[in-house]
Amino acid sequence: MAASKQRPLSPHLQIYRPQLTSVLSIFHRLTGVALSGGTLLLAWWLVAGAIGPDAYAIFEAFCTSWIGWVLLAGFSYALMYHMCNGIRHLFWDGGFGLELKDAYVSGYVVVVASVVLTALVWGVGLGIGGEG
Amino acid sequence: MTLRSPLGRARGLGSAKEGTHHWWMQRVTAVALVPLMILLVGFLPVAAAAGYNGFLQLMQDPITATVLTLAVIAGLYHMKLGLQVVIEDYVHHEGAKTILLVLSALGASTIGAVSLVSIFMLAL
Ligand code: HEM
Repeated sequence: MAASKQRPLSPHLQIYRPQLTSVLSIFHRLTGVALSGGTLLLAWWLVAGAIGPDAYAIFEAFCTSWIGWVLLAGFSYALMYHMCNGIRHLFWDGGFGLELKDAYVSGYVVVVASVVLTALVWGVGLGIGGEG
Repeated sequence: MTLRSPLGRARGLGSAKEGTHHWWMQRVTAVALVPLMILLVGFLPVAAAAGYNGFLQLMQDPITATVLTLAVIAGLYHMKLGLQVVIEDYVHHEGAKTILLVLSALGASTIGAVSLVSIFMLAL
């Protein structure tokens, strides 16, 4: 159906002022897509383990290269963010926290929680690695 | 002009009764993924620090194998549903959209099958 008047569509990204809520929303989508790529790394790990020590060593070498560290850091943060914000989504789906003020409060909680959890994972992870 | 009532015209044309199925499964898998991803993220550093032989030993544990199996199935199902929404939102060319939807579904199935077979090989 053709519109009788060409009215601006909303939200029109070029004139849409970014807000915490909209930025967190697109970041949920971005991290979801990034995590989809991350499943390849997880599959590689399991397959390499099933093939044998040589294949596993190649995987380990990749993960401890600088690009491997960058990917692992990125994926761990993406997972923590997506998980925290996913829980926020689930509360909304249950009808909780939909007021604008609450959406901002939970948004800040997600930002802080995702950073803290990622730091925790790496702190504990490197701690274990240091002992082993 | 029709003499039939709006209800009469709608009746029988109703939904296929699965309008909310995609949305609902995305939520069900999301709920399942919260504990599964916490366990996975806890397991990964331990496995990474254990070296190859330690890794083989950890993977022999049936509880580990079960958790990993559930994480792979729930994760890839959730991913397939999520990528579908993203593709439908951004790709408007019918042909390209269909191809991407098929590829993402096949990709998710393949990654899932490869991961599960590996988990079973390591566990047994
Ligand atoms: C850790 C637990 C997880 C939770 C609680 C969670 C939660 C959610 C929720 C509630 C949505 C729907 C968002 C919406 O309606 O806009 C969603 C979307 C999505 N998730 Fe997850 N998720 C998790 C893990 C994952 C993982 C591991 C992957 C990838 C393998 C993933 C990929 C996606 C994708 C691609 C979308 C679609 C994004 C969009 O439509 O904007 N998620 N997730």
